[in-house]
Amino acid sequence: MSDKLTFHFDVDGESFVSAGQASVQVKKNLRELGLPPEVIRRVSIAMYEGEINMVIHANGGVADVDVYEDKVVIVLDDKGPGIKDVALAMQEGYSTASDQVRSLGFGAGMGLPNMKRYTDDMVIETVVGVGTKITMTIRL
Amino acid sequence: MKETRHSVVLDKEKCTGCTSCVRRCPTEAIRIVNGKAQIDPDRCIDCGECIRTCENNAKRAMCSKFEHYLHYKWKIALPAPTLFGQFNGLDDVDEVLQGLLDIGFDDVYEVSKAAELVTAYTRLYLKSAPVKKPVISSACPVIARLISLRFPYLKDNLLPILPPMEVAAILAREKARREHPELKDEDIATFFISPCPAKVSYVRNGYGGYKSHVDVVVGLSDVYFLLLGAMKRGRTPTLTGESGMIGIGWASSGGEATALLNDSYLSADGIENCIKVLDSIENGNIPQLEFVELNACPGGCVGGVMTIENPFIAKTRLQTVRRFLPVSKNYISPDEIAVPGEFVTDEKPRYKPITRLADSFGESMRMMAEIQKLRNTLPGIDCGACGSPTCRAFAEDSVRGVAGDRCCVVLAQKRAKEENDA
Repeated sequence: MSDKLTFHFDVDGESFVSAGQASVQVKKNLRELGLPPEVIRRVSIAMYEGEINMVIHANGGVADVDVYEDKVVIVLDDKGPGIKDVALAMQEGYSTASDQVRSLGFGAGMGLPNMKRYTDDMVIETVVGVGTKITMTIRL
Repeated sequence: MKETRHSVVLDKEKCTGCTSCVRRCPTEAIRIVNGKAQIDPDRCIDCGECIRTCENNAKRAMCSKFEHYLHYKWKIALPAPTLFGQFNGLDDVDEVLQGLLDIGFDDVYEVSKAAELVTAYTRLYLKSAPVKKPVISSACPVIARLISLRFPYLKDNLLPILPPMEVAAILAREKARREHPELKDEDIATFFISPCPAKVSYVRNGYGGYKSHVDVVVGLSDVYFLLLGAMKRGRTPTLTGESGMIGIGWASSGGEATALLNDSYLSADGIENCIKVLDSIENGNIPQLEFVELNACPGGCVGGVMTIENPFIAKTRLQTVRRFLPVSKNYISPDEIAVPGEFVTDEKPRYKPITRLADSFGESMRMMAEIQKLRNTLPGIDCGACGSPTCRAFAEDSVRGVAGDRCCVVLAQKRAKEENDA
């Protein structure tokens, strides 16, 4: 088996309510593929945090989960404002989320750190004013 | 693997194949095959949603009839506190306890009494050293089974203390042996009066390797009608209720959690809501909590499908019953520092990857690709006419080879029209 399997999701930027749906669907698909529960959980957390980020900061975007024989790759792509200082954004507790977003219980500054923690590899490509593309890899 | 035995049965005569239950089932366990609803026992979690939703009353919970077990010398009723919420104008649970004796039970051991002990022990457990938080209640068997099938990462969060029904069964039997030394073990039987089919399945299947201490499960609705007649006679109660507000409070959602006197808790009810909460806990997307109470039925156990009364009315009635009761009638000694072994189970639900497509990863990948391809050719309106809950599920059934001769009605119609036009 050489080819990959792709699960594609459009993340709606309008709604906090639907944020997290892609993560739940990915979990379901990975269970059907018979991946170990721990891998499924890591993918699900990384995916969830990424989804929320896209809703909070970038008015949505697209998420692709590629499953290979030996790894799961999550690619989150948005046309948001970009990240000015990636090192700062990676610090736990740092957040540029608005007060309104925080009042909903989001914007704790744990999104990117958690995404890094639960994946084996994370690459952030970002251009201010153009968008952000985050590629996360979880090895099987 | 031993097959799980469930407690929902179908009345084939009444089933019209209408797909209501198919679309409502939270684990997509039901299909319409040859015009009748069919449940996949591996996927069923006994939540009773299909019984609740069936307009033709074609689904019912299967449980034992009290009349069939009269040969036991010492029959002990274990009434779920939900029972006390079923009677109009009831002030005092003693009337119900007497009614249970009048219909033929030899003794009554309130499950709410055992619930107060479980509450006290849960408080101890929450304070004990390495405990994985949030602790998730294990009282609702549907939730425990759901975790084993879908949330294996959370299995260590489940409260390892036996549910009140089990604790009641153990203590009731001990009491009978103590007070009636002439009785042999096989003379005694404990009868749980259940609001839901999930408890029936729990007693039949056990929990992991744990075997239930309850001997017979009778339906609350069956006992209700026997009781009505007996209670009308209005005999002076000879038993006195032995549970307080806390124990009775377990019947509705939030009762178990609030009893812990700890404000760091969450309680949710209704199976879909519970699934959402579990997804959130698994994703770490929930504030730090000590305790999570989840009830599959809307409103908690008062919403069980074997109850008579509307869950909200039952809850209101229980408020009346609780009004004059002390907070709790069952305490543990301050010297107790650990939960007694007989009330603890080391058993964890075993993870069963039941939705896995194939044994090998490669084959699963191939099948998944095929499902995605097929899914894209389907109309995507999830009408259910094929007998599967969604177009996605139908694609999956087809690729798994279990769709048989079921087909997509919308596609067939489209094809017929095209042939006509041609």
